[in-house]
Amino acid sequence: MSIEALPPEGALRTDVPVLEVEDLSVTFARRGEQPTRAVDGVSFSVAAGETIGLVGESGCGKSVTSLAVMGLLPRRGVQVGGSVRLGGTELLGAPDRTLRRLRGSEMAMVFQDPLSSLNPTVPIGTQVTEVLVEHRDMGKKEAAAEAAELLDRVGIPDPARRLKEYPHQLSGGMRQRALIAMALACSPRLLIADEPTTALDVTIQAQILELLRELVVDTGTALVMITHDLGVVAGLCDRVHVMYAGKVIETADRYDLFARPRQPYTGGLLASVPRLDAGRGVPLTPIRGSARDAIPWAEGCAFAPRCDNAQDDCLTEVAGSTVPLEYDGPGRELRCRHPLTYPSSPVGATASGAGR
Amino acid sequence: MTAASEPLLRVEGLQVHFPIKRGVFVDRTVGHVRAVDGVDLAIDRGTTYGLVGESGCGKSTLGRAVLRLVEPTAGRVLFDGTDVASLRGEPLRHMRQRMQMVFQDPLGSLDPRQNVESLLSEPLRAHGLGGGTAGIADKIRGLLDAVGLPSAALRRYPHEFSGGQRQRIGIARAISLEPDLLIADEPVSALDVSVQAQVVSLLEELQERLGLTYLVIAHDLAVVRHISDVVGVMYLGSLVEQAPAEALYDEPLHPYTRALMSAVPVPDPVVEERRERILLAGDLPSPANPPSGCRFHTRCPWRQETRCDDEVPVLRELAGHTAGPHQPRHSADPHPSRHLVGCHWAEEIRDGVLQPKSAEEVAATQGVSVRATGADGGFETDALLQGVDEPIERR
Repeated sequence: MSIEALPPEGALRTDVPVLEVEDLSVTFARRGEQPTRAVDGVSFSVAAGETIGLVGESGCGKSVTSLAVMGLLPRRGVQVGGSVRLGGTELLGAPDRTLRRLRGSEMAMVFQDPLSSLNPTVPIGTQVTEVLVEHRDMGKKEAAAEAAELLDRVGIPDPARRLKEYPHQLSGGMRQRALIAMALACSPRLLIADEPTTALDVTIQAQILELLRELVVDTGTALVMITHDLGVVAGLCDRVHVMYAGKVIETADRYDLFARPRQPYTGGLLASVPRLDAGRGVPLTPIRGSARDAIPWAEGCAFAPRCDNAQDDCLTEVAGSTVPLEYDGPGRELRCRHPLTYPSSPVGATASGAGR
Repeated sequence: MTAASEPLLRVEGLQVHFPIKRGVFVDRTVGHVRAVDGVDLAIDRGTTYGLVGESGCGKSTLGRAVLRLVEPTAGRVLFDGTDVASLRGEPLRHMRQRMQMVFQDPLGSLDPRQNVESLLSEPLRAHGLGGGTAGIADKIRGLLDAVGLPSAALRRYPHEFSGGQRQRIGIARAISLEPDLLIADEPVSALDVSVQAQVVSLLEELQERLGLTYLVIAHDLAVVRHISDVVGVMYLGSLVEQAPAEALYDEPLHPYTRALMSAVPVPDPVVEERRERILLAGDLPSPANPPSGCRFHTRCPWRQETRCDDEVPVLRELAGHTAGPHQPRHSADPHPSRHLVGCHWAEEIRDGVLQPKSAEEVAATQGVSVRATGADGGFETDALLQGVDEPIERR
């Protein structure tokens, strides 16, 4: 029950990333069925005080990535490969006791649906203090006081009363705040937020995003934001990894990504969302088909069947190799043989609505 | 407002109240959830009216009340001159042929044990249309073609399709009776981003081809703005602002509309940084016990000492917009081309005379009265309201 194995507090601000994920792969196997590779060679790292975004549509493997990092995937029928290091400690294959100690104290997660991730039969207070008693060796009274303070910090009015209430008595936004309070109870170095605002209304979403933004600035927590909403990414994340069919297909700084998306998929996503600030009547250009139309990466680029830029050499058969994730200018990586191109000097680097 | 053609749909003073019942043996009514509380609106033929608001504001209930899927408590729904709210029996059934609905959850609204052919032919048979088996088969093939599905889809079942395709089936079923009015309740919010655009484009294309009139209910302001001609913003059961889409997004007048718009994330980091953000304090108050006066006053950053707390604002046109300054028109006429706003201080806010307070200040002045939905008085209204039109989670 000690955390000596981890680097001391002073090491927090060094260049060593808080989380390093290297070549992570997750395969689900069921007897009598073809194994499914949900995550396929994903690598990224997050430094203290940094926010990265994992973006993609349903089924692209972003949530499975986060569960693999937290070690929350079931043992049976799941193969996890690669390496996940939290402050230098390897998490994959680590004994349960180590993981138990780290989860909640060093790394924490906020889930999408606050109602189903809170225990409906236990008051909020008990659920928040549980973390404190377990990881910070607090007494019950001390923990209750601390819990009230935590709820106050995430903006829940009248926290002492709320502690006695059950999850169904709170509104959606408050439940999500309570969940964030639980995640923050031990000031973790890594916070993974899996679609934290998808089930919420826009005005509440704005409150929660503001809260997360403050946290990263105030405490230097490394934040991994998993979302399908490009607007959320644009406002919050420093670096963005776009995923498709289990692989990262484009990585860039947020300014670069939104100004000049290179992967046709990223460009297509940006062009298919109606924007509040664009002129009305600008026609949307949807991406053809749906994420179901992907082909296995072994046969070629998974996006090729839906891609307007696709050519014959996007297929492994023709080119002789799968499309690799390659260096694409400073701070950018790209997995595409026929990326979107832009004139050499972009007019006003803002390029609102690039790819339109 | 000359004597142009009468709007296709006119809603006057519509109210829908749901009783809250208590008691084990005897059902006592202990209060009402005022889901829709006095809404006037009008939709012209061939246009799209977009209704936006947060979950629990009553927008879905309004859509359902127009179709008589829930019984209105009071008010009139005039569809092409006939009061739908007073119809019953066979005339109502005939009227429904002309008003159809597209639901939010495409899987939940399609019978899993019916194949597509059966799903699409059922409405035709029920209304005795399509001209026999051969005629119906022909018609269905045309419908599939119109929504962009292959005819091989006929023998397949809803679970075999992707979300976007299911929504196409839902749309095909809705247009099979050649309705005049289509009510789409969150038609794209359960779909993936890249598929949303496909369905939005399909709806637009169908409107152009078939001359449909839409009432689109959604919480996504960007989507609503994209497809609507006129947009109405709802808060706690009543309209707070209504205007042509262009005007509303260029110059939102009601504080709630402004906050709502500033909360929508824009997929552009440069814009995101420059944007002024208005954060609202707290959550939606309970519609079982709405705040007095202006319903938004508990969260409003522009709330004033006078009027806001005790005087209910009416929808009105601001001086200096289209009506002459000395003859403001009356609110009883919700004509779509006018910019109506329900706020006492709209002029001052527009001209920048009043400055907004921060969310913390608002929360402080309102004290404990800023409460979550359903957290007051022990009414379990939360359970009643949640899930009515909350967006379906995407996984």
